[in-house]
Amino acid sequence: MTTYPDDAILVLVETNHLGEVHPSTAGLLGAAAQIGTPVALLLAGPGYGQAAAEKAASLGARQVLQYEDESYFKQITVPGLDALSSAAELVKPQAILISHTVDGREIAGRYAVRSRSALAVDAVGVSRDAEGVVAHHSVYGGSYNVDSAATFGAPIITVRAGAVEERAEAQPLELEVLEVTGSGKPVAIISAVNDAPATSSRPELRGAAKVVAGGRGLGSVEQFVLVDQLADALGAAVGASRAAVDAGFVPQSSQIGQTGVSVSPQLYIALGISGAIQHRAGMQTAKTIVAINKDKEAPIFEIADFGVVGDVFTVVPQLISALEQRKG
Amino acid sequence: MKIVVLAKEVPDTYGQRTLNLETGLAERDSSDKVMDEVSERALEVAISYAAEHPGTEVVLLGAGPESAAVTLRKGLAAGADSAVHVLDAGLLGADTVLTAQVLAAAVARGHYDLVIAGNSSTDGGAGVVHAMIAEILELPQLTNLNSVAITDAEVSGERAIDGGTVQASASLPAVISVTEQLPDLRFANFKGIMAAKKKPLETLTLEELAVEPNDPEAARSIMIAAGERPARSSGTVIIDEGDAGEQLAAFLVQNRLA
Repeated sequence: MTTYPDDAILVLVETNHLGEVHPSTAGLLGAAAQIGTPVALLLAGPGYGQAAAEKAASLGARQVLQYEDESYFKQITVPGLDALSSAAELVKPQAILISHTVDGREIAGRYAVRSRSALAVDAVGVSRDAEGVVAHHSVYGGSYNVDSAATFGAPIITVRAGAVEERAEAQPLELEVLEVTGSGKPVAIISAVNDAPATSSRPELRGAAKVVAGGRGLGSVEQFVLVDQLADALGAAVGASRAAVDAGFVPQSSQIGQTGVSVSPQLYIALGISGAIQHRAGMQTAKTIVAINKDKEAPIFEIADFGVVGDVFTVVPQLISALEQRKG
Repeated sequence: MKIVVLAKEVPDTYGQRTLNLETGLAERDSSDKVMDEVSERALEVAISYAAEHPGTEVVLLGAGPESAAVTLRKGLAAGADSAVHVLDAGLLGADTVLTAQVLAAAVARGHYDLVIAGNSSTDGGAGVVHAMIAEILELPQLTNLNSVAITDAEVSGERAIDGGTVQASASLPAVISVTEQLPDLRFANFKGIMAAKKKPLETLTLEELAVEPNDPEAARSIMIAAGERPARSSGTVIIDEGDAGEQLAAFLVQNRLA
């Protein structure tokens, strides 16, 4: 029988229906390695487990428990939840780390109820103190830093995608197939999986290392292309302010801020965004903030590391050509 | 059909939101309280279904301090039939697990066909409480919906997940949650506001719901430290004199960001 380390940290690794591990996996395993020995629970559709397990090991999982089942893409949350219940019983981890994705957080929440464990959500980092594992959070749009801990037992912690920079060392693959005891809980049935429209090879907004965001200042759908162009020049994801979404320049899924996506990239470039408090709440934990706006009174300049008062339609093309020259 | 809508009261995001650094609790008096925007959209789903299906009953359910009753009244004015307010000192600083236990107990009491919530609140951003309620009540969970279709026996819609969407359905009774893609709550008209004063608003305690907030068997998540993030100071701001793009490129390269 396989044994698991005393300081095991169980990491839930999600994959998509194409078998790719979720982009947050490197950060999750990196966070786990800070506080113990990462053991991955890999959830995958049939036929995708082996390749995904190799990927998880290369990202730092010391051991991989593989759950490869058709139900993972046929039913909502319950298959992953039951697999987590079985894996936790086997590994007896000191903490469970799960990405704060839609599926991840719902599995985390339900498992916390099921196991009567403490749940810490949307952590931006983890550490240990004398008492055990501590989760670090950035709340109210990054205005406050808060630490939380479990009153007792192993905490279940969801981690914000892109927030953890640490990476774990690659490990040789040690794979075990997980036997799962189904709970038989009532479940919602998935009838179709739709790919996100593949319009470009740009990174996903959530968890991206670089983000270029556009606001109402772009003026029109046609002119919003400027944001895409700069994003492509930098290998960045594209985001938008609520004003740009409301104006119909981009879909709501691009919205950054209080009621949209929260991002913590290395670089955030705001084009034609005034910087309303709700928008700042979704991006002010970015390491470096750059803003270009023709209104020198725009509040975004109060938090920008580098601000340009000017017309985005002249500054950005010049920036792109300067970046291309440096590359060439 | 009997529908319950979970309504969360949150600090208005249009104001400054503050935490008390000694207790780690939200400073409730420092900002205006409103019904969370996504809770309002959940209510709109219920009210618009009820408008087309006579015999539908829409109940609003919220847990929170006394001020939450004001938010619930606004929901009654918009068209909910009645409201339930869980008000108890034992809820102060409740974590998501305790919150879900309390709401689940109140839902169980009402024998609903459908529970509708917002997907994730604008203050906590946890996005877990509805799923926890499904676990506790042993109901199917169909959450994060961009669209909702309700029939007598089933609820279905498009669920947004990271990197795409799925089509899914669940038989009733079920728990669903909705995203910002769904329409805003309708405005309450004068007639609605007047009618709301007469609609029933029931107040429940944890004892009445048989929920023990200090259960020694259940682990809780507690805040152990809280600090204000130092305000970001602004860096260099330049006015474009024809070479700002060049200067910005140099800044990015120098900081290894390009």
